Amino acid sequence: MHEVAFFALAALTVASAGAVALSKNIIHSTVALLGTFTGVAGMYVTLSADFLAAVQILVYVGGTLTLILFAVMLTSKIDEIRISNASVGLVGAVPLVLVVLAALGKVAGTTEWASRAHSQMPATARLGHAFLGEYLLPFELASIVMLAALIGAVVLARRAVRRKGEIETTGGSGVGDA
Amino acid sequence: MLDVGLTHYLTVAAILFGFGFLTLMTRRNAVGILLGVELILNAAGLNFVAFSHYVTGGVAGQVFTVFIIILAASEAAIGLAVVLQVYKHYRTIDAGMVSRLRQ
Repeated sequence: MHEVAFFALAALTVASAGAVALSKNIIHSTVALLGTFTGVAGMYVTLSADFLAAVQILVYVGGTLTLILFAVMLTSKIDEIRISNASVGLVGAVPLVLVVLAALGKVAGTTEWASRAHSQMPATARLGHAFLGEYLLPFELASIVMLAALIGAVVLARRAVRRKGEIETTGGSGVGDA
Repeated sequence: MLDVGLTHYLTVAAILFGFGFLTLMTRRNAVGILLGVELILNAAGLNFVAFSHYVTGGVAGQVFTVFIIILAASEAAIGLAVVLQVYKHYRTIDAGMVSRLRQ
């Protein structure tokens, strides 16, 4: 059961990650990211991290993916074909990636992993105790980081609105100079 | 039947990281670069949870994955706001074309 679930989820994750990396169209890449996030969430379930799977679906699929899709739609012309043109090119990038993966594989192959599954399925309560006990300070710092990110995003977006208003009130008199 | 262990999860995470790295290097579109960063962060989170399940036990790895998800969400929000600003200013989000930060 575990094996079937793992290999199905691994196939979904790897195939959609390949589509993200190799698709010519940025919209296809963004939609393929949905498969990757869902596959990773399923793998969290097989690794007895049920709360993390729910968080992964809620935050990534519900929040981040929608945000990225909005940014793609707002910034790119859909019918333009050269939207995701290569900078280094596959010729330069693939050998570098293979070298990195070979180094990772060598490290993972030469290390003696103690692999004995600790299946403690309802992890939510213990996760909550960990956040409000041992990891209280990082938890509070993360909330401050999120508040700063929220304010920063609002400030950046507000500047766009204000600049557009200034251009409208001045009637375009030398605002858009080079 | 083949027994699924830690190395299987590490392999999937390594492939995920490789595709993310590939995306990061081959894309010029700034949003495409962010897609690569998301793939890499997912690979890191998968590794944390796999090690937590197979090696250490407990929930420490899951705690760190929650922090990764928090930082990834913040990074996506800020990064996409910056991308929208760059697009308003330059009318392009090609990372090779945007080479000046001042007006």
